[in-house]
Parts: sequence; C-alpha cells; structure tokens
Amino acid sequence: MSMSNDTILKVDDLQTSFKTRTGTFKAVDGVSFELKRGKTLCVVGESGSGKSVTARSILQIVDKPGTIEGGSIVLTRQDGSQVDLARLNPRGEEIRSVRGREIAMIFQEPMSSLSPVHRIGEQIGEALRIHFGTPKAERRERVLDLLRQVEIPRPETAIDRYTFEFSGGMRQRVMIAMALACNPQILIADEPTTALDVTTQAEILDLIKRLQQSHGMSVLFITHDMGVVAEIADEVLVMYRGRVMEHGTVDEVFHAPKDDYTKRLIGSVVRLERKAEIRLKRAEIEADAAPLLEVRNMSLTFPSGLKAVDDVSLTVRPGETLGIVGESGSGKTTMGRCLLRIYDPQMGEINYRRADGTVIDMRTADKPQLKELRREVRMIFQDPVGSLSPRKTVAQIIAEPLKLAGMRGKELDERVAELMQQVGLEPAWRERYPHAFSGGQRQRIGIARAISVKPRLIIADEATSALDVSLRSQVLDLMMKLQDEMGLSYVFISHDMSVIRYMCDRVAVMYRGKLVEAGETDQVVNRPTHDYTKALLSAIPHPDPRDRRIQNRFRYVAPSASVNG
Amino acid sequence: MLRYIARRLVFAIPTLLAVSIIAFIIIQLPPGDYLTTLMADWASQGGAVEAGTVAAMRERYGLDQPMYFQYYKWMAGILLHGDFGISFELGKPVTELIWSRLGFSLMLSLLTLCFVWAVAIPIGILSAVRQYSISDYVATFLAFFFLAVPDFLMALGAMYVMSVWFGQSVGGLFSPEYVDAGWSFGKLLDLANHVWLPVIVIGLGSLAALVRIMRANLLDELSKPYVTTARAKGMSEFELLIRYPVRLALNPLISTLGWILPAVISGEIIVSVVMSLPTTGPLLLRALLAQDMYLAGSLILLISVLTIIGTLISDILLAMTDPRIRLT
Repeated sequence: MSMSNDTILKVDDLQTSFKTRTGTFKAVDGVSFELKRGKTLCVVGESGSGKSVTARSILQIVDKPGTIEGGSIVLTRQDGSQVDLARLNPRGEEIRSVRGREIAMIFQEPMSSLSPVHRIGEQIGEALRIHFGTPKAERRERVLDLLRQVEIPRPETAIDRYTFEFSGGMRQRVMIAMALACNPQILIADEPTTALDVTTQAEILDLIKRLQQSHGMSVLFITHDMGVVAEIADEVLVMYRGRVMEHGTVDEVFHAPKDDYTKRLIGSVVRLERKAEIRLKRAEIEADAAPLLEVRNMSLTFPSGLKAVDDVSLTVRPGETLGIVGESGSGKTTMGRCLLRIYDPQMGEINYRRADGTVIDMRTADKPQLKELRREVRMIFQDPVGSLSPRKTVAQIIAEPLKLAGMRGKELDERVAELMQQVGLEPAWRERYPHAFSGGQRQRIGIARAISVKPRLIIADEATSALDVSLRSQVLDLMMKLQDEMGLSYVFISHDMSVIRYMCDRVAVMYRGKLVEAGETDQVVNRPTHDYTKALLSAIPHPDPRDRRIQNRFRYVAPSASVNG
Repeated sequence: MLRYIARRLVFAIPTLLAVSIIAFIIIQLPPGDYLTTLMADWASQGGAVEAGTVAAMRERYGLDQPMYFQYYKWMAGILLHGDFGISFELGKPVTELIWSRLGFSLMLSLLTLCFVWAVAIPIGILSAVRQYSISDYVATFLAFFFLAVPDFLMALGAMYVMSVWFGQSVGGLFSPEYVDAGWSFGKLLDLANHVWLPVIVIGLGSLAALVRIMRANLLDELSKPYVTTARAKGMSEFELLIRYPVRLALNPLISTLGWILPAVISGEIIVSVVMSLPTTGPLLLRALLAQDMYLAGSLILLISVLTIIGTLISDILLAMTDPRIRLT
C-alpha cells in the first residue's frame, strides 16, 4: 500500500439543499472530507443527519428537488487527471462515465433497489454494457465470475433468477456484484446492512472488507450504527443536521471523542453492551411463581410442508421478559404469532393463566374465549410505519382497542391522554397523523395502543429493529418502565443479541423452528452452550476499534448438510 | 403455463353459460314477443291479421313453449349443430347474417385497441416525466374532456366536422362504389380511408383513461429506489426511463386490457349505429327492437366470447411479462 496516503476524493464545503414550499432546507451544509486510496471512511449519524444526501451528492443522484448549491467534489483518477463532480451536468455524459465505472454505489434496501422484473444477471451486466460495450457472451462470463466473487451459491442457475427468489443477504450480495462489475475505485455503501439481521450483517461487512482489499477500493460507508463503524472504519466523519460534528481516525473518535454528539452516539451503543440499569436495580423475580404462560411441545407445519415451529416448549413467569432470538427464517416470528393464535399450531399446548388463576389452553380455545384473551395478550410490531393506519389520528389509533372494549366519550379521551403521557408523547399531539411523527415516536404510539386495555402479556416482534441504535435503548427503557408500573410480562422477539442482553431476564434461542438453547440471559450470553448461540453473539458489532471481532467471529454450520438460498 | 390456459378456458364455460342465460332472459323481458311486434307493425300499416294465423305462426316459431324450453332448443342447436337459429325478421339463418359483420367488428375493435395503446403510452409517459408542465396539463385536460364526452356524441360531432368542413364522405366503412365489390387493393385502400374516423371516435374515451393510468403508474415507479440504482450505474436518462420505470409501469396497463376490450366493443356498437358501419352494432340494435331473439341472443353471446378471450389474453400476457406472477 505505497499509495495509501493519496487522496482519491476530496469534498470541500459541499452544500446540498432541497427547495420546499416553506423555504430551502439545507440537507448538507458545508461538509468537507477526504477519502484516501484503499481506505474506509465511515459517515455516521442518525436518520436525517444528511449522511445519505452527502453520499448521493457525490454521484449527483440526489432525489428531486435536491440540488448541489456549492462546494467541490474532486475525483482523482488513476492516471492522475482530476475532475470536479459538483460542476458536471447531472444528466450529462461526463458524470455518467463516472457513475458505476469510477464510483459505484450500493443501497440500503436490496429488495426495492433492484428491479423485480429483470433477471439479476442482466442487472449486474448492465454496467459493463454501458461503459465498455462488452458483448453478450463475454458479459455473461464476467457476471458469473462476479457472482462467484460475492459467494452466491450455484452462480450458473442464480444468474437467471429474479430478486424475489433470493434472501435479503443474497440480494445485498447481488447489489455488491453489480457495483463491482466495472472494477470501480470507490465504493459508496449507503446503510447496506441496516435491513439485514445481525449474522447476515456480519457476513456482508466481511465480504465488503475482503473485496476492498482484493480490488484495492476505497469505501465510503454510510451508517447510523457506531458498532459497525468500530468494526470497519479507518476514518470517521460524524454528521448531525447536515454538518460535520467530528472528523478523525477511528481510534481518535472512539477513544478520545471531542464532540458531545459523538459521545452520545457511542454511549447509545455501549449502553446496549450490558444489562439495563433499571434491570440491575430490580428485585429478583420469584423463580417458583406460577407461570403466566406455559407452552408445551408446540408445532406448526405450513401447508407447503415447512416445519416453521418444531416442538417448542417455554414458560413466561409473571413480570419477566423472555427473549426469543434467532436469525430471519428461524421461525421466531411465526412462533410469536402462534401464541396469539394468528396462526393455528397443529400440536401442543399454550396454557395461559388468567388473573383469577384459571388456566386456558389457547391452542384449543374457541372464538369468544380468544376474544377475551386477546385483550390480555397483545402485540407490538416491527414496522412502526406499516402497523399504524395513515388515515387515523394518533388518538383514534390508541383508542381503537378501548372502543372495542366498550369505552366511550370523556372516559375514552382521558384514558388516551393518560396513555400518551405514559409513553412519553404530548397529549396535545392527539389530533396528528402518524406521518408527522419520527420512527421512535411511532413505535411509542404502537406501545400505547398495546397497553391501552391493560394487558398482562405483550408479544413484541422486533419492536426496535427498524429504529436507529440511538433510539433503541430509549424505547427499550420505556418498555421496561411500563413493565414495572403495570406488572407486564413480555415475550421479546429479536434477531439482535444486544437488545436481548439489555432487557431480557431469560432468553430462548431458536434455529430452524427449534429451540436450541434456553436459560437465564446472563448465563446464555456469557457461557453459551450451543454453537449457534455463540455465532449469534460473536456477530454483534463491538464498539471498540481496538478489539474488532466480526472478522474473527464464530461461524455456525448446521450439522446436517446445510443449503443456503 | 399450458395447464393455466387450459384451466382458464374451462372456467370460461360457466361464464359463457351464465352470459347466454342472462342475455336470453333480458331479451325476453319486454312484454310480448317478436310476433306482437310484427302485429303492431302490420296494424300500423292498416293491415289486419286473423287470430288463427298468429297462433299458427307462434307455434311454427316455437314461441308458444315455455322460456326454458326455447332456451334449451337454442343452446342444443348451437352446441350440437353449430346452428344459432333463425332470424325471424330477415328469415335467414343467424350464422349467415353474422359472420361477415362479426369480422368487421373484430377488425374495428382490434384496430381501436392498437390505436389506443400506441397513443396512450407515449402521452402517459410524457405526462408523468414532465409532471405539472404545460404538456401535462394539456394532456390531463383533454383526457378528462374525452372521458366525459359520450361515444355517440363524439361520433356525431366528428361526422359533422368531417363532412361540413372537409367535405369527406362519412358513414360506412366503404365508398358507395366499393360496398358490394369484391376484395381488391382499391377496396382495401378505401377501407383505410374510412376506418380511421370510427377508430378514433371509439378509442378516445379509453385512450383518455389509459393516459391517466399510465401517468399514475409511472409516477409511482419513477420514485422507486431501483431507478436510483440504475442511474448510479451510469445509464442515460432516456434508456433508464424506458428500461426500468416504463417497463414496470406497463404491467398494470396490460391488465387493463380486460376492461378496455369490453369498453371498446360496446362503444363500437353505439358508434357503428351512428356512423352506419357494416358491423354487428346496427344489426344488434335492430334485432333488439324487433325482439328478434335468436339473432340478438347470438350476437350478445359472440361478443361475450370475444370479451372473455380478450381477458384471457391479457392475463396470459401479464403472466409472461411479470415474473412475480406464478401460474399454478
């Protein structure tokens, strides 16, 4: 790496703004940085910090009505020639010859960022056709080679498939293959792992690192997760509201942060490194209390023959949080839905103990019984956007279960106001619609709706996965506060061991429909007995650049011959 | 795929059966039958008919039997012998009357469809890409205007304009000298000279609807992340537009074929009456007025068959162009 100090991209005082009816919104306001040849620069910040717009400004692909107002973006080509990308016409030939060829980009949503009706081979090979006019047969060979590089199994058949036939991780590999097609010098990765679960994230980060080394690429990596930054960055740029808050080497930023905002970002990740304070203070839960929910040998087989839940047994004690952890496809969500009888498991028992001490098997409960029980057992969903009706006000959303329970008039209004206060929302916002709220606030609305009828058990399915790391601990803290106030029990479903470690009393690990390990959280986290649990734990990004773990993480391979999709 | 088509064809049978029954009932719904209409005609011309003659005729046409039996006889004739019955009024077999006219109807409908698609897609694209521009507003205004104007009024207006201002012979598909002539190059040319006006008149309503749909589809697709991905590859804006968002916006448009086709066919019937085209339209109208039930029933049945086939074709096309649709 003799050229490692060469600057390949120099951004100086970049200004990108969006003209709206109410005035000009400066999304990027005077951002400067340098990207060095062969190095990784992480741009980190919460959603809305302008990090993504910065990345898109470089290629001049900012969505309308955003425009670059000022500053320069100087790209130094391999032959030493320089070009200021900010000066180029965004629809012109010059910028197009840079896009995909000198600088390639991958995006957050690998599903929607790829066309659903074009074969992946065609989409990958396209850049070759555009920039080099590579003939068809040769293009196919090159695409096969790229698919091999990104480790997609059976490239010969995969090349003719469509995106919806791949899992999220595989789709992101397709995106990476597409970006590598013309051997670009710079790869811009815009939150490429945010939509993936922790184990897949670790694999994709690994892959990007390896390809970066073998291709000698510079990487501009956009993320909100300080843990990821610590694992991969050489240099870090911290952004907040369109401005650079701090800029330095990864070691400086993590071990001697100067800016308060940086400290807060690091703090929110470090907090998730251990158990929540509010849990450490709490008295032990009686181990011999009669269980609130006792699931025995529950199994669900889908009509396709897929055994989604396979002989699962678990108990939830009053007042405790049971974590269910596993990667996507492990059956954890299906299992959670079985508990509410959204799916009907074919075998086993779901014994629920009501407040009066009677025990009902929810698996065989009839409709009127279920209606009663669903008032006591409620659900919080992952997607805070999709799970709230956009045509109802916040008050209407929260009031819905109360109305179903027969509450009306003034009593209803008061209860809604009280609930909003309880979850940290201003009751004055009651007439607003969900789109006026941020992701974290929306999840609070979902929580308020869930606790409105004073349930005893809440099933939270990936309740914090769609949130920025900095918001996660806040929502988790809120859930624990409510738990202590209301004596709630939680079944907390997540792919992320760190949030499980933060809030759960006990944890059960699911893999391909089966429970492979269960026990006290401390024990499972610190002394895991099953190899799969070890793999899950070691895939969590560690927020200390001096102790990078992902590359040396423990990988789990199922004992039977496993096939990856 | 073949299994899917076969299954869809099997499903079409009960639909057709239901259509034939409903068509038959509707034709019979007005009080009286063909003979009462005939009597009224004769009476108005000053003639009188003996009661015995009427009864004899009624028996001969089978009109004295209950409705379900008449239906059964008609259906049995179609299915077993390909015999659609006899037109009372014209005294000829229905098959003989229909075929030549059905051919023109089909031709007119297909030409209209091609015209509608060929014009709607580019205008829709332009309207979406230049959203809120002058051209978008003009296209939008015209689209709503033509959506609102009924077919027959448009036909009358077009005929007036063409004959008064341009002195063209309007009405019909041929000039007088070619109407009964055999097919020749000259006749084909003459047809081409006449056919464009009805095609435009029938098509404008559907055209306007399709422009709106194409615009809305494309506006949805233009903001999708895969467009940004393609742009980041270095693709030119025009190639990008055609290859990605337009390609995806076409899928929902294909499924509109299912309802555009019936709209075109029923529009064709009305417009043909106004412009006196030699298609099934005027024939159907006359048969309905005269309660000439076998002729009217057969026409409605055949038009329904065409519609069902059109819907099937649109489903198959959609399955071929969108890999997300799995045929099972």
